[in-house]
Amino acid sequence: MSAARTVTVGAPPSWWSMTWDRTRVELKEFLRSREQMIFIFFFPMIFLAMFGAIFNTDDLYGTGVSFGQYFVAGMIASGMLNTGFQSLAISISIDRAEDVLKRIHATPLPPTAYFVGKILQVLIVSVVQVALLLLMGVVMFGVELPSDAQHWITFAWVFLLGLATSTVWGIATSSLLRNGKAASAILTPVVLVLQFTSGVFFVFTELPTWLQHFAEVFPLKWLAQGMRAVFLPEQFEAAEASGSWQLPMVAVMLTVWLVAGLVISMKTFRWLRLEDR
Amino acid sequence: MTDAAIEVSGLVKSYGGVRAVDELDLTIKRGEIFALLGPNGAGKSTTVEILEGFRGRDGGDVSVLGIDPVMATRSWRERVGVMLQSTSPRSFLTAREALDHAGRLYSAPRDVDEMLEAVGLTQKAEDKPQELSGGQRRRLDVALALIGRPELVFLDEPTTGFDPEARRQFWTLVESIAADGTTVVLTTHYLDEADHLADRIGIISAGRLVALDTPEGLRRRASGARVSWREGTTTHAEHTETPTAFLRGLLARHDGEIERLEVTHPSLEDVYLDLIGVQHESASPVAAPAKGQEERA
Repeated sequence: MSAARTVTVGAPPSWWSMTWDRTRVELKEFLRSREQMIFIFFFPMIFLAMFGAIFNTDDLYGTGVSFGQYFVAGMIASGMLNTGFQSLAISISIDRAEDVLKRIHATPLPPTAYFVGKILQVLIVSVVQVALLLLMGVVMFGVELPSDAQHWITFAWVFLLGLATSTVWGIATSSLLRNGKAASAILTPVVLVLQFTSGVFFVFTELPTWLQHFAEVFPLKWLAQGMRAVFLPEQFEAAEASGSWQLPMVAVMLTVWLVAGLVISMKTFRWLRLEDR
Repeated sequence: MTDAAIEVSGLVKSYGGVRAVDELDLTIKRGEIFALLGPNGAGKSTTVEILEGFRGRDGGDVSVLGIDPVMATRSWRERVGVMLQSTSPRSFLTAREALDHAGRLYSAPRDVDEMLEAVGLTQKAEDKPQELSGGQRRRLDVALALIGRPELVFLDEPTTGFDPEARRQFWTLVESIAADGTTVVLTTHYLDEADHLADRIGIISAGRLVALDTPEGLRRRASGARVSWREGTTTHAEHTETPTAFLRGLLARHDGEIERLEVTHPSLEDVYLDLIGVQHESASPVAAPAKGQEERA
């Protein structure tokens, strides 16, 4: 630091440049974290390979759909829950407990740039994750990618709505968890229960009816069903619990959860630890 | 434009009915190194966090660089550097990457290489925080607080856990920041640190400012001296405003060697301990320096 006070006063950095910079930092932190890469990014792929190999039913209910194909749709939905909800809830809680958020708050970074940076990181990671899961589905389980625009439009809105819901609940949950270190231990069983009841690990219709009704309250069931509507052949629709993909209901349930999560995250978010008031 | 960087009057902050900060008044001038000194729990960190815009308050007026920190804006954040009390946590970013990223949030950041050089981390630039020693991590924290070329920087207990050499190097760094014209507000519980660095020292105790003076001024508050000696098995100690006259009398009464004869003048530490109301051990047999001097300067 020279004593010279010749300061080249530049313009303040633009919102977009700060947001993009923040996104790059978030991506670096994610890619370099062994925990995030194994338990968030590769977890659905590990499960897909494992479960696909264990349960090799070729023909579910005479629809010609193998369990592997069914499982691909569920793992895509589940991966979105990992990358948005689970990853953010844990990482933001820890960042708050370790004063990382307080440090960010002390800089000129606008709060919106921080959040958009997080969202873009989740989006980028999730797109790559879904692409890899689909690749596995095509190569290992004979999933046929839809060839018409209609299915891809359905995929686009289910993916974006589902990921947005997952992300806002990750942010909301990070504020509800008081102890950053316990976040992982608390959330893992929650995610597991949702996965077991929402038709991710098992075919939904094989669950007891009361468990089906339990899962219908939560968004993962609808997200997985939306993904099945995109990636499973039409003849499977009749094998769904209601005999239909119920896409309007998928949209309604995901939107309700999105709005609720948005409200809670905006009302409860704090930069500082609870005792730091 | 006033020459005050920080103006505080009647600041009150309570926790559960207990006043952590109790009617505190304080003015910090632009360009000075100001040390806020006090025991743990005296309210110095609460005060600083209010000034940094992290905490709200229950009463009083606060102006930092002309703005109430509760209303902190982005342009205000550009002018204020903050080094937290807690050390930077684990991160997957190297020291250089962290500084690079932080610098890009400001209009006129300092050069990353110069900054690394200034805090002595050039050799460690590619290391992550968990690969650095505690002292090196603190130096990275200072660098992060200074990268945006702030007009005012808060250093909250910056050298806790440093070895003496690291502390010396850190002091040199703070002096060079101040030489650049930056206002430095430092909290510490090391007296020697405040004595060495500060233009003025504010001593805070039980949420109130009990003294505000230059290090010299504080030292001058210590009057008199303490004469101690040993007779047989008892140690005698006498506090006196006229040690020479007292000694003459003492020498006249004893013709042989006087065992363990000592004349000591109160140190800055004695003044400090007296101000924060701690009964100092070595001063215990005799009356502490006259009360009434500890009022605000």
